[in-house]
Amino acid sequence: MTSDTQTMAQAGPYEAVIGMEVHAELLTESKMFCACSAEFGGEPNTRCCPVCLGLPGSLPVANRKAVEFVVKAASALNCRINRATFFHRKNYFYPDLPKAYQVTQYGDTPIGIHGWIQIETPEGGVKRIGIRRVHLEEDTGKLMHVSPLTSEVDYNRSGVPLMEIVTEHDPRAGFDQINTAAEAREYLVQLRAILTCLGVCDGKMEEGSLRCEPNISVRPAGSATYGTRTELKNLNSFRAVFRGIEYEVRRQIETITSGGKVVHETRRWDDENGVTATMRGKELEQEYRYFPEPDLLPFTFEESYIEAVRGGLPELPSQKKLRFCERGLSDADAATLTQDMALAGFFEQAAEIHGDWGKVATWVLGDFLRLLNQSGADVAGAGVTPESLAAMIRLVEDGTISGKIAKSVFEEMFKTGKSAREIVEASGQTQISDEGELLDVVRRVISENERIAADFRGGKEKSLGFLVGQVMKHTGGRANPGLVNTLLRRELQQAD
Amino acid sequence: MKLSVEEVSNVAVLARLALCEEEKQRLTGHLNEIIEHFSRLQDLDTADVEPTDRVLPVVNVYREDGARPGLPREAVLAGAPEASDCAFIVPRVVDTADGK
Repeated sequence: MTSDTQTMAQAGPYEAVIGMEVHAELLTESKMFCACSAEFGGEPNTRCCPVCLGLPGSLPVANRKAVEFVVKAASALNCRINRATFFHRKNYFYPDLPKAYQVTQYGDTPIGIHGWIQIETPEGGVKRIGIRRVHLEEDTGKLMHVSPLTSEVDYNRSGVPLMEIVTEHDPRAGFDQINTAAEAREYLVQLRAILTCLGVCDGKMEEGSLRCEPNISVRPAGSATYGTRTELKNLNSFRAVFRGIEYEVRRQIETITSGGKVVHETRRWDDENGVTATMRGKELEQEYRYFPEPDLLPFTFEESYIEAVRGGLPELPSQKKLRFCERGLSDADAATLTQDMALAGFFEQAAEIHGDWGKVATWVLGDFLRLLNQSGADVAGAGVTPESLAAMIRLVEDGTISGKIAKSVFEEMFKTGKSAREIVEASGQTQISDEGELLDVVRRVISENERIAADFRGGKEKSLGFLVGQVMKHTGGRANPGLVNTLLRRELQQAD
Repeated sequence: MKLSVEEVSNVAVLARLALCEEEKQRLTGHLNEIIEHFSRLQDLDTADVEPTDRVLPVVNVYREDGARPGLPREAVLAGAPEASDCAFIVPRVVDTADGK
């Protein structure tokens, strides 16, 4: 928030226009044009064949599922699906692709065009961000710069199906623009939620399966023309996306206000030092010498196919969020829960079993999310199931355990996979709600703390809290807090 | 259309070719001859001809998604001018300021 305000303040009469270019590796088993494994990892150069190595005489054949995934994603992003589409070659000489060209889609007929995503701005407004195109291409290999003179190349990723999603910045298309780092991050959060919901991409930014290359320019607010833009690379987390864009906007404004000129270039985000630095001048578009890929045939989609894909879409995060809100969840809680489909699924199951959506949301968004983040586990790998969470909350409700003990019980459930009842019974952590048992402790605490007891009687209401704490300490936190309160008040007044 | 020596230099940079001044001059001449030869095609009237970017009347050719083992790594690296035991080795082409 602070940093947002700072940018705004420094931006003064300037506004930023941010275009988002996102690459998502598709969750197919095999590569785009050959049967090599598309799975992440693997020893270098062990998932390669003549096609993805670009050996002479080899011919590519398109992966049906990859095409379907892009039609699916484009549909979910409210795109128009082109009835006929084909591939192009983008020619460039850089050893990350062995063929000296990348197979991609250029021009007016990518699979999807003219779509949009709705985002909520930090100020509480709503923006409909246009999507200019969604197209299919192949990923490149990985270069490792091992010495000052040489680089090693691993072609395992070369040819993995890659979907590119580009936002629309032309206001004539009738959509809103992304103007701040926070909006850019929100766009990415929503996009990631949709893609992972569809199961077409795993959305792991740190593994590079979801990559974001924003292009950024600034201009005097209200100007009809755009400033010179720069493209940012190496943003490997949502945080880096936010910080990188924010830095770059500020840098451009400072460059202009100090009389300099922004250069059209690619800049690399340095996460450690929090700065961007020049990476390379952009090759001009025409220098990629795009032309239709002669080794691959065009695709045509029947209306019935497009309808079938659209009809088969799952409930999307925005729809799920609305439904959660209808069950009484706050907008913010529903938004957090629906950013991750596994989490949303877990929550909904637990809420259905237990019945109180609000109570379950508190546990899922609080302790569950905290433990997931701490352990790095994913929802499926956690020891807690929707059933066991619902059962634990019931133990709190029927007074078997206190809310405080529930926290440690939940943590143990998370780690061991045991049920709350098992844990509680094994450790004797059940709540003490027996009046006789508690009364002994209450009396002892009062006699041990006569001065504080006197303070309370003298009208110092706060002193009661201390005495409750003492009873809790003596019972290892197991005393029923409501009962302790009642008993303490009664005993203190009687002794008056 | 005629290529200038500067344009040829730029194409050489994109193709990672190191050309000396004499080569640039000579190749500019060669390339211009080629372009001139092809430019005769412009004389044809193609106003009524559909653009043809493909010659086969076939569409929608797919393979089903399914992974198969690739080549053994020795075979993958066998054709490389230079390789380590696990990777191709190329001259270092870093993303420097000028992209060269």
